Amino acid sequence: MVEKRPLLTALSHAVLILGVLVIAFPVYVTFVASTHSLERILEVPMPLLPGDQLIENYRQAVSAGSTKGSQAPVGTMLVNSTVMALGIALGKIAISIISAFAIVYFRFPLRMAFFWMIFITLMLPVEVRIIPTFKVAADLGILNTYLGLTLPLIASATATFLFRQFFLTVPDELAEAARIDGAGPMRFFWDVVLPLSKTSIAALFVIQFIYGWNQYLWPLLVTTDESMYTTVIGIKRMIVGSDATNEWNLIMATAILAMLPPALVVLVMQRWFVKGLVETEK
Amino acid sequence: MEKRVVFRSAWLPYALVAPQIAITLVFFFWPAAQALWYSFQLQDAFGLKTQFVGLQNFVTLFKDENYLASFRVTAVFSVLVAVIGLAAALVLALMADRVVRGAMGYKTLLIWPYAVAPAVAGVLYAFLFAPSIGIVTYALRRWFGIEWNWLLDGEQAMLLVVMAAVWNHVSYNFVFFLAGLQAIPRSLIEAAAIDGAGPARRFWTVVFPLLSPTTFFLLVINVVYAFFGTFGLIDATTQGGPGQDTQILVYKVYHDGVKAADLGGSSAQSVILMLIVIALTVAQFRFIERRVQY
Repeated sequence: MVEKRPLLTALSHAVLILGVLVIAFPVYVTFVASTHSLERILEVPMPLLPGDQLIENYRQAVSAGSTKGSQAPVGTMLVNSTVMALGIALGKIAISIISAFAIVYFRFPLRMAFFWMIFITLMLPVEVRIIPTFKVAADLGILNTYLGLTLPLIASATATFLFRQFFLTVPDELAEAARIDGAGPMRFFWDVVLPLSKTSIAALFVIQFIYGWNQYLWPLLVTTDESMYTTVIGIKRMIVGSDATNEWNLIMATAILAMLPPALVVLVMQRWFVKGLVETEK
Repeated sequence: MEKRVVFRSAWLPYALVAPQIAITLVFFFWPAAQALWYSFQLQDAFGLKTQFVGLQNFVTLFKDENYLASFRVTAVFSVLVAVIGLAAALVLALMADRVVRGAMGYKTLLIWPYAVAPAVAGVLYAFLFAPSIGIVTYALRRWFGIEWNWLLDGEQAMLLVVMAAVWNHVSYNFVFFLAGLQAIPRSLIEAAAIDGAGPARRFWTVVFPLLSPTTFFLLVINVVYAFFGTFGLIDATTQGGPGQDTQILVYKVYHDGVKAADLGGSSAQSVILMLIVIALTVAQFRFIERRVQY
């Protein structure tokens, strides 16, 4: 701020508070709906203060699930989502950091060809190759497995770039010193590169965990077995008919459960989240 | 930029890139090549015989009124999502950049919708605006006399998915605008202030031009999000309806390929989408080149 303008500052606060409220409103209503019985929600207008069914709704959602549409318990879905999100985030980080290490610290034939191959995956999102990718997964027999949920999604051009950019800023003297001390490339990787990359890894983890948790189209194709549904897919499968026939209290409890883990990751790791967002897009 | 110091090994670098390259080949290149191949094929009704038909699938597609309608729907949808999302985020970022007190708190409270899955955002909005029980539907009817039924009214359905998408993506735009604003040197703004420029004048002559690379970048990202990131949102709310009023291109590929099992037509649509992604990616990288110069 370069000058004092109390009126403008007041206006700024007003706009920000309005923004926060508009953004929070849908989630507040969702939370309220998850604490009432279905009958109360179906009364128009529904109450805007929390009710007393919180524990009942969440217990039923987690242990038994909805009685309409998908009847899988949300507890299983949460486990599936967690496995998928962790698998994708850690898998992406692991294979990207080693391929970036190879591309930066070695000279070998086809080096740039590999680099461009990884780059081009940016231009081939799942959405443009739905059926053939599904066929590949079916041929490999990985439908309805954790492997099928994670493996096809763990190639990552953005993560490889991020690590490459970072490695290029690591001083050459470190590699020189390691070589003089007789350390091989893998020793250098474990003892020098990996510890230096901690912040990048944390930043990528936040972004990729959210990416993995929120996947929709791919799990929709790969999972036909209810016990393999992820939470995000599960919610959609609970919505079966028109407004009044859905068990909104359970759907809303599931929605809260689906939002909680990624939102917590963002809030707890906010510093790395912002860094990760801004850097992965460079 | 290259490293001066490198290691030497005949096999190690290949072993290190192998996992990534294997996944790229099996799950990206092979399927994409197949999509390209299928797009030149016509399959009979039972899927038993295929025939090479050249560009016929593409010709059929561009003569298909439904496909052209889907193009228009996607255009309207992405323009609305990008323009509204960018404008709202820019206003919030400007305000957050101004205030000193509580800046951190506002930031925290504004960034978390990024963590919400598009499909879940869709479910939330579908519930708020549910024709018979939605609380917002009720308020609209009661206070403004507006009958809200997005199951029947195409324009309202479009509005619903746009609102949900903007809500979902506004925090992403906000983070980038705020970072962009904080990167502008204070001295420039102070100099403008000393020369007598008020806040509005400073915004249009100093801040906004310096922010234009960020804005352009976000524009591309928002279009990509509207094109590809919103599949779950559409599937959880309107499913392309009513009629085809919210059937964006990605949804149509899925619908024709998975539900209607039209392999050739769906693959041809995939190929067109691929061309769109390539164009958008190139646009995004042109931006990076320009940013480096300025």
